[in-house]
Amino acid sequence: MPEGLATTHEAASHNALQHHFENMEQQREAATLGMWVFLVTEIMFFGGLFLAYTLYRYQYPAAFATASNHLDIRLGAINTVVLIFSSFTMAMAVYSTQVGNRRNSIICLLLTIVLGLTFLGIKAVEYHDKYTDNLIPGQLIPGHPFHPEVAAPGDTDEHKLHLVPGATVRNVELFYWIYFAMTGMHALHMIIGVGLLLVLTIMAWRGRFSPEYHAPVEITGLYWHFVDIVWIFLFPLLYLLGRHLEGHMG
Amino acid sequence: MSEHIVSPRVYVSILLLLMVGTGLTVFAAFYDFPGPLNAVVALTIAVVKATFVILYFMHVRYSSRLIWLIISAALFWLAIMFALTVSDYWTRAWLPAM
Repeated sequence: MPEGLATTHEAASHNALQHHFENMEQQREAATLGMWVFLVTEIMFFGGLFLAYTLYRYQYPAAFATASNHLDIRLGAINTVVLIFSSFTMAMAVYSTQVGNRRNSIICLLLTIVLGLTFLGIKAVEYHDKYTDNLIPGQLIPGHPFHPEVAAPGDTDEHKLHLVPGATVRNVELFYWIYFAMTGMHALHMIIGVGLLLVLTIMAWRGRFSPEYHAPVEITGLYWHFVDIVWIFLFPLLYLLGRHLEGHMG
Repeated sequence: MSEHIVSPRVYVSILLLLMVGTGLTVFAAFYDFPGPLNAVVALTIAVVKATFVILYFMHVRYSSRLIWLIISAALFWLAIMFALTVSDYWTRAWLPAM
C-alpha cells in the first residue's frame, strides 16, 4: 500500500480489527449485541423447559414435593454457591482483561474453570445417587428402569421414596424426567462453557487480549453468567419447593 | 459511547448479595408459608438474584439502549409463552365435565 494512503482509520487500527468495522469500540459493541441475541434464543429454549415444569408441578404438586424432597439439598446448595462464585471469578476475569492485567486474567479464568468442574463433579455425584436409588426415569439406562423403593410409614431410609399424600410413583417419575432434562441441559451448557474458557485461557496466555481487544472474554462472560442465572432458578424450583411439606409426611 | 469498567468492589458486593440470597432462599424453604406463598417467596428471591447478575455481572446497567431493548423483547416473548399456555391449563377445569 502506498504510504500516502495510510488514513486515520489505518493509524487507529488494531490488528484484531476486522475490516468491516469502523473501530474497536464498534466491533466490541457488535459482538456483545450478537451474544445477547443468542442468549435470547437460549432464554426461550430454557423457558420451554421451565414452562413444562410449571404445568406438571401445577397438575401433580404432591408428586413433585415428594421427588423434590428426595434430592440432596446440601449438594444443591453447595453447587449454587460454587456457581455464583464462578460467576464472580468470571466477572473478575473480564475486569482484569479490561485493565490489561494478563496474569490476573489467566488466574481468574483458571479459577472459573476449576469452579465449573467442581460444579459438574458434584452434579455427577448427585446423578450417581439417583442411579443407585433407581430413579433414572424410563429406560434411559437400558436394563435399569425406574423402580424406586417406596418407604412404609415410619421408615426413615433416605434412599426410599417418602410419598406425600396424593403422590404416585408414576408422577414422581415425571418429575425425574424434567429434573434430568433441565439439569442435563444445564450441565451440557456448563461443559461447553468450560471448553470456551479453556480456549480463552490459551488466548490470554499468548497475550492476545488487551484493554482495546477483549470481546471474546466479555461475551463468554455473558454466556457463563446466563448459565448461572438458569441455575439460580433451577435450584429453588427443583430442590426447595415442597421442603415445607416434609413435616406433613406419613 | 466508551466502555464502562465495573470496579471489583461492585463485583464483591454483588457476590455477597447473591450469597445472602442463597442462604435466605434455603432458610425460607423450610418455613411453612400459607397457600402458594412458598413458591412466591422462592421465585421472588431468584428474580432479585438474577436481576443483580444481569445488571452488574453482565454489565447491562451500563449497556446501550439496544441491549435493553433486546432483553426486554426476550422477557416479553417469554411472558407471552407462559401467559397463553398457563391460561389454557388453568381454565380447563372450569369447563363442566363432558
